[in-house]
Parts: sequence; structure tokens; C-alpha cells
Amino acid sequence: MDTPVAVRARGITKCFGDVLALDRIDLDVAQGQIHGLVGPNGAGKTTLLGLLLGLAVADEGSLEILGTRVGRALAAPDGVTGFVDGPGLYPSLTARQNLSALAALRGRGARTTGIDDVLDRVGLTDVADDRVRGFSLGMRQRLGLAAALLTGPRLLVLDEPFNGLDPAGKKHLYGVLTRLAADGSTVVLSSHRMDDLEALCSQITILAVGQVVFTGALAKLSTEDRELDYRLRTSAPHAARRLISDLPGLHLVDDPAAGTRQDTGLLVVRALLPALDDLVAALVRTDIAVRELAPVVSPLEAAFLALTEQQEST
Amino acid sequence: MTATIAEPVAPAARPVSVARGYRFELVKLLSQWRIRLLVLACWIAPALFVAAVSQQSSLPVDTLFGRWMNATGWAGPLVMLGFAGTYALPLLTSVVAGDAFAAEDRLGTWRHLLVAVRSYRRIFVAKALASLTVILVLVAGMAVSSTVGGVVAVGNRPLVGLDGHLLAPADAAGRVLLAWVCVLAPTLALAAIGLLGSVALGRSPAGLLLPAVVALAMALAQTLPLPVAVRLALPSYAFIAWNGLFTSPAQVGPLLIGIGVSLLWTAVATVLAYLVFLRRDFTNLSYDGSGRRALTVGTLPLAGLLAVTVGIIAASTPAMGSGIEQDKLQQSIATAFAHLYRQQAQQLNRPDVTEEQLATTVACTKGDGRVAAQGPGNDWRCVVSWHLPGVEATGSAIYQLDVMSDGRYVADGDGPKEVNGYFQVRTPTGDQPNPLWQFDGNVELLSTTSKG
Repeated sequence: MDTPVAVRARGITKCFGDVLALDRIDLDVAQGQIHGLVGPNGAGKTTLLGLLLGLAVADEGSLEILGTRVGRALAAPDGVTGFVDGPGLYPSLTARQNLSALAALRGRGARTTGIDDVLDRVGLTDVADDRVRGFSLGMRQRLGLAAALLTGPRLLVLDEPFNGLDPAGKKHLYGVLTRLAADGSTVVLSSHRMDDLEALCSQITILAVGQVVFTGALAKLSTEDRELDYRLRTSAPHAARRLISDLPGLHLVDDPAAGTRQDTGLLVVRALLPALDDLVAALVRTDIAVRELAPVVSPLEAAFLALTEQQEST
Repeated sequence: MTATIAEPVAPAARPVSVARGYRFELVKLLSQWRIRLLVLACWIAPALFVAAVSQQSSLPVDTLFGRWMNATGWAGPLVMLGFAGTYALPLLTSVVAGDAFAAEDRLGTWRHLLVAVRSYRRIFVAKALASLTVILVLVAGMAVSSTVGGVVAVGNRPLVGLDGHLLAPADAAGRVLLAWVCVLAPTLALAAIGLLGSVALGRSPAGLLLPAVVALAMALAQTLPLPVAVRLALPSYAFIAWNGLFTSPAQVGPLLIGIGVSLLWTAVATVLAYLVFLRRDFTNLSYDGSGRRALTVGTLPLAGLLAVTVGIIAASTPAMGSGIEQDKLQQSIATAFAHLYRQQAQQLNRPDVTEEQLATTVACTKGDGRVAAQGPGNDWRCVVSWHLPGVEATGSAIYQLDVMSDGRYVADGDGPKEVNGYFQVRTPTGDQPNPLWQFDGNVELLSTTSKG
């Protein structure tokens, strides 16, 4: 089956003076996909998103967006929109004035859907006539998304769109982006939080020190063979501790950050998934009740940390 | 799974037109409370100021035309023009043009704007035009408001020019309008310097204040005893040169040079601002526009422009040194005295005489003759002599002069009391201000000397 590609980058390199921001990056984003970019601070996420928006050109490599080769700055194809480094809003204008000024800027010929419609989609109808000066960060993020939605984007590029959003606000935006992708638009977004990406993205790219350390399906990353730390709470902590010591492939971790305290009976066990299965079976056989068993960090986050730390140490 | 490029191929997005970008910039500018406040202030405050001052007995005689504020409504807008050139216009250009680009840095909206407009050139043009529009609205407000204030409070009456001749109300109105139009040129130069500072210095306050600082430095330079060529090569000279419109014939030489220099500075500073703007990398988040190199790129060419202009003016104009010479001063005072003498004669119901009949001559010395009779200073002393038809004796009066380095002077009558020694004259209708007691004049710095 042929999948149309919205973004194809090959060997993208970008420097700022002596600083190498992106180092031979390859990236493929299929049309209709929500693609996550993740990486530690300074990994090059915003620079890459800036290139997708046409704010600059790569020093080396090739970039095709929506089938158009982008060879100079501010030459991204029609239908590409979004924001990097926060949504660009004017605090002296109201939410509606910000959007109407932007719609007027793009002219009558632009594919502008109704301002009220996009305000409703991002849940800002009630504050449409309030000045942006008084908006919280989360409300600004939503208004930034509304501004991007005004033109009916084919490729939406968002830098940390969930910053400052409360859980309800995040859930709302998850819905907006998911519907957009279902309608055929492509979304490329960056986030520090793996749970955001897990909730939205089918594919992710992990960047570290300007290089791609992983790109592919999220499921593939989470099932990679890697030891994880698990929080374990049982009805008999001492017996459980002895069992863990006796079984192969299990290690007790004394990790204050994970909340291990002898008095609460909470243990942290490092293991591969098969060894953890054996431990659960052994606990059940010895009539020890398992009250809690959960990864200290999500498998995705663990994979992210392992990959980025490895890259940064090389 | 095979990947293919998305179909249909998307065309490259077209940049937003300058007209739409201009409207967008105007909306942003006019949404700021400080701009709204400025517009309101410029359209209301001058009228109130001129009307209030015109009604006072103590007038701002140290300001050009200030002594005539309660005599004609056309003096008010000229007093306001003098104030605007020194203080208001530099500050207005700072607030508007000096913030045009820096505001986007402060708000973090550059990337958003670039993605929306997709053209550096059109963003620059739209911002420059929007700033220019707001500045023009502010200047027009000051001109209209001060004129309305003056004419309503005092009346549409003749104005005494800087050589003592009376300008009919219609003539005065035309010259006042022309004077305000002339100061648009140096205002544009300051606005262009504001754009340059705003682009080069980003969110730094130095960028915002640049036009005001440059204007202050230039105003200070105009008070120094600099050679005429340097004085005229500074765009700020056009803030003063409109004085020449109020003599007969008008002193248009320095005015035209001042306007030309100002427009040249406008063009060069705007082009520099554009080039600095084009060189900026908007994906580099650590860069906010400020930088020593950007400042150097902006400053050095302007310093070069000043040097070249000084050279050209020095080589192509007749005046050397300060431009204030004994002959020119004597001629200027003789002309002004003759015109004002006729006014005094009318006040006193004496027979009318012409300037030719008076045949006024003036002899001026500086520092009691101990220094060369040239250059600015308050140590000039002039003896005026004139003849009346049918009278054998020669009239004589003395003036102490304070001559400023820009050519403007104040002549202070020193007697005899019946002519110029007292501030009032007794007329059949009562006491009236004595036109010969104190008067303002203007020496044209560039004019070639001719004995007067």
C-alpha cells in the first residue's frame, strides 16, 4: 500500500555559528499522521520544526514538504502553518481580534474557516472578546492552535503545544488534533512529555544532540527489550524481598526517588518482562498478595531516557 | 509499505501583499494604549496649550514667535513647531518607529509573523509604512490642534515676520502650513533612525531611545559654534531652517539643504535597517536582534554619510566658518528695523514712510570692538541710523544683540526711550506693545554678503 509522505528530510544539517543544531537528520512523516518529536533541551527539536515552517533553510541536505522541495527561507508550501517558540499573539488585541487580524492578513482568498468555529474548537468561545494580555499560558496555547486552524492546514507544526494546559485542556486538544489528522491533515509536534506523545502519536522521532536516535512506531519503542524499574507492594514485603533475591534476573533497587521505604513495604525491582512474570507467579504460589505492580517510569520514558543518555555520553 | 510524495503537489505559498501587511501593522499599532494616548494628546493638548498661553500676560519670549502669541493666532502653531522640533517629534518617533521591530522581539511574535507573511521585504515595508502613517497622524494633530487653538483664542490676524514685515493672515497661514510640512523631512530621518535602532538593537531599551538620543545630540551640536557646513549636514538643521520662510524674501537655501540632507539620512538609515533585518536568523532562538556588529553596520555608514555631506556642503556653498558675519547682521537688522519703524509710525498716527525713505543703516561691533565682528554671542552692539523725509537730523538708536549659533538673534532696544527704550508706546488709543523694543531676527548662514 502506498502512503503519501507529507515531510521527507534527508541529511538535514543546520549550524548556528559553531553550534551544530542538527546533524544529518532523516525524517519521514506520512500524510494524516500525528508525528511526535521528543528530545532533551537543546536536542534540535525547535530548529527542525522551524525548518518545516520555512523559517530558515538547512545548511545541507534536502527537505520536501507536501511534495514541494524547499530551497529557501519563507518558501514553505501553502497549507503549512503552526508555531515554534510559543504561539505568536498580540496581548493588546482580544482573542477574536487576533484571529480576525490574521484572517485579514491572509486575505479573502485564503481558506479561512470561521473565527467563531475555531474558537469553539479550542474551547475559547467564552473569552473570545477578552484581551490576550490576561490569558494564561494554556489559553494562549489554545489560541495559537486556533490561529493555525484558521487556514485549514495540511501540515500543522506545533512546538510544545501542551505547555501550561491542565488535564482537561490537554484532553480537549488531543481531540482537536486527532480529528484534524483523521480528516487527512498531518501534525508534527514536539513535547517533553512522553504521555502526551503516547496519547496522540503513532510515530515518534527522538532527537539527542542534533541527531536522530530513534524514529518509528511508538509501539516498537515501548516493546524494545529493556530492563525497567517496577514498584512492587505486597502483603508480605519481607518474604517478597527474599523471593526476589532468590530468583534469577531480578534486582532490588534502593531508589529513594521511587518512594521505596521499608515501613510501607514498597519495593523497586529491576527486571526484564519475563523475569517479572516469573516473580508474579512465585508470589502467587507462596500466597503473597500483589497489591501494586507498576513501572516507575513508563516504558516509553525509560526508552527515551536510555536512548538520549546513551547518545549524550558518546 | 511504500512511501510516496503527497499528491497533489502543493504550490509554494504566496507572500501576503504589502497592503494587507500594512493594515495588520496598523491594527497592532493602534491597539496599543500608548499610541492611542499619543494620538489623543497630539490632537488636543496643543490647542489647549496655545489657547492658554495666548491669554497670559507673560509670554514665552525666548521662543521664536512667542512674543506675538497674544497678537495673532498664527504665532501659536509656530511656537508649538519650535517645541515639537526640540522635544516632541524625537520622542514620538522613538515611541512609534523605535518600537516597530522591537515589539515583535518583546512579544516573541517574529516567527508567527514570518510564517503568516512569508516575506522579509514585505514585513519591513509594511512596518515602515505603518509607523510613518502613525507619525504623520501625530504631526498633523499637533499642527492642526495648535492652529485651531491659536486662531480661536486670539484670532486670524497678521503675523510679524522675522524681518519685521507684516504677513497677511492668508500668507501667514500658508507659511505656517509650509513650515510644518518642512519639518516632516527631519522627522522622517529620525523615524528611519528609529527603525534602524529597533532592528539592530532588538528589545534593548537603547533601540527604543535611539531617535531621542540622536535628536538630543544633534540639538546640542546646533548650539555649539560649529562651522556652517557641519551644522547643515545634520538632519536636525531642518528643524530650525523653517525660520527662513518668515523673511522676505524667504531664506530657502538652508531650508532646501536641510530638507535634502534629512531625506538623504532617511533613505540611508532605512536601507541600512532593511539590510540588518535581512541578515537576521529567526530560527536562532538565542538571538534577539541585539548585537555589536548590527550596531556597527548601522552606525558607521551614517557617520560616513555625515562626513561626505559635510564635504559636499563645504565645497559647494559660499559661507565659511560660523556663517554669522558683521555685514549680514547689519543688513538683517536694518531691514527689520525699517519694517518695524513703519509699524510704530502707524501706531503713533505719524505720517507713513517707506523703507527706502528711511534709508536705514546699521553699524555693529562685537565685544566692544575687542574681538572680531563675527560669530554667535550676546556681546553684539548695534547702532541704527535712519532719516525721515523733510527732517535734517539723523535718527539713531542702540540695540544689544544675542546672536545664536543657528543664526537666530534677539535684538533688545537700548534707547532712546521714545524709539526703542521702553516696552510700550503711548498711542491715541492707549498704551500698546512697542514693536521696536525687542524683536527676533534671523541671519541667513549661507547668504553671500552684500553691504546693507
